Amino acid sequence: MAQKKKVVAKVFRQDEIATDIYDMWIETDLAKDAKPGQFISVYPKNKATLLPRPISICEVNEEKTMLRIVYRVAGQGTAEFSGYHTGGEITILGTLGNGFSTEKADGKRVFLMGGGIGVPPMLQLAKELKFRGKAQSVSAILGYRNELFLCDDFKSYADLYVATEDGSSGSKGTVMDAIRENDLKGDIIMACGPMPMLRAIKKFAEDNGMEAYISLEERMACGVGACLGCVCTTKEVDHHSHVKNARICTDGPVYDAKEVMI
Amino acid sequence: MNTKVTIAGVEFKNPVMTASGTFGSGMEYGEFVDLNKLGAVVTKGVANVPWPGNPTPRVAETYGGMLNAIGLQNPGIEVFVERDLEFLKQYDTKVIVNVCGKSIEDYVEVVERLSDEAVDMLEINVSCPNVKEGAIAFGQNAKALSEITAEIKKKAKQPVIMKLSPNVTDITEMAKAAEAAGADALSLINTITGMKIDIHRRAFALANKTGGMSGPAIKPVAVRMVYQVANAVNIPIIGMGGIANAEDAIEFIMAGATAVSIGAMNFINPYATVETVEGIEKFMQEKGIADINEIIGCVK
Repeated sequence: MAQKKKVVAKVFRQDEIATDIYDMWIETDLAKDAKPGQFISVYPKNKATLLPRPISICEVNEEKTMLRIVYRVAGQGTAEFSGYHTGGEITILGTLGNGFSTEKADGKRVFLMGGGIGVPPMLQLAKELKFRGKAQSVSAILGYRNELFLCDDFKSYADLYVATEDGSSGSKGTVMDAIRENDLKGDIIMACGPMPMLRAIKKFAEDNGMEAYISLEERMACGVGACLGCVCTTKEVDHHSHVKNARICTDGPVYDAKEVMI
Repeated sequence: MNTKVTIAGVEFKNPVMTASGTFGSGMEYGEFVDLNKLGAVVTKGVANVPWPGNPTPRVAETYGGMLNAIGLQNPGIEVFVERDLEFLKQYDTKVIVNVCGKSIEDYVEVVERLSDEAVDMLEINVSCPNVKEGAIAFGQNAKALSEITAEIKKKAKQPVIMKLSPNVTDITEMAKAAEAAGADALSLINTITGMKIDIHRRAFALANKTGGMSGPAIKPVAVRMVYQVANAVNIPIIGMGGIANAEDAIEFIMAGATAVSIGAMNFINPYATVETVEGIEKFMQEKGIADINEIIGCVK
């Protein structure tokens, strides 16, 4: 794994792509070793908001010189980031976390499932699965409250299915409704989204004999595995904590759904 | 130029250490900084048996700082000795092990287990605000603090540092009690108990409801307490609480600390420890200070 670094990078461009959803490309050599499902920590410049904000990597450009993050403005830190412009500086730490392993999808029918702000990390995964070309099929099943984002990006790499809570696009309801309504069949799920969605996926995978890899989220401080702030309960004793409390930032954020108690 | 300081006969190449719980046992930050450059690594608290810690969320940001309620999650002394102490042996830095427990017997068990290990000093955590039994209960009552200090001193092979809580009426009373019971040094301050409420969810930000506050926002409280304690006892002090850089570190040293620890700032700047070491040297050069010991407690 590449060495973690804290660097000052350059904002290449930033756009608001849906209400409070920002899409930023960052020029940084951290892109060189970035894996789908990994994240970076972004440091606010405001000294009152000190802790880094973990944000998933949405995409890496072909030359591996830029990272794309797509995030929701949720507080002071992300509000500050949303004001960054082309050419401005952004302080980041990365690349962090284990990420998804694309080999696991070889020969299988893959469901890439994203919910809300859990949609972005699935894009680089869709892209890499497409380039790897070993999956039998790749379906991107994306859930939104009402406003869609990134859907067009996914179309180039996967069969797209959408669910919205208000039914304004695709299936009415959740990603699970989209699976039922379209009668989708798969062998493996890779997912990121809110906890109720991940719980539903864990159960669905167990009921249907599917493998599932889910990306978890928790309040973080250090982001590098030192502070033990962001743990999740695991089924078995893990190698680090020895108390079934694995670190999401370092041992995760992607876990085999069978191995975590959520 | 001399940056060496001595605490209870242990010589440190410089006065910069890591605050317990913010640096693991150095493995994670070894990717960012050369651990050989640090005065000491103070490890995450370790108990006689594994502790699972508190439920999440365990951390929350506050203005200029943060709250944590990790609850001293640790793998227990056996894993710690085999893995963490083995790791630290590769480095030319002093090792201070932070010890936690629920009863005096728990603490003593860890202290005795470490007798023949490569450990330079012991830091006794009697001030963690996030666990229900033990820990802070010993640190908020002078009699209890005196008793546990004396018991540990009886068994400890290494010099003993008692880590004090700021969550008391008069910290000098605690400091004097620890000194009278035989403590070789004191470290202060542990975190300040705080609370944060998420008004949108009408819920506590931390699952534990309360947490320990750290970060730059608490620094003036810590400097004041270091100054008070330095003028109340004759044993050395390791000062900590919101230190972000060399300027902050020197402030603590001038208030009376022989050494300093960087805590929450590691999360914000993973290079903070080594930058502080370098910044202290630069300050000494600029001000013509030949020996760091000249400025310990120089502000009266």
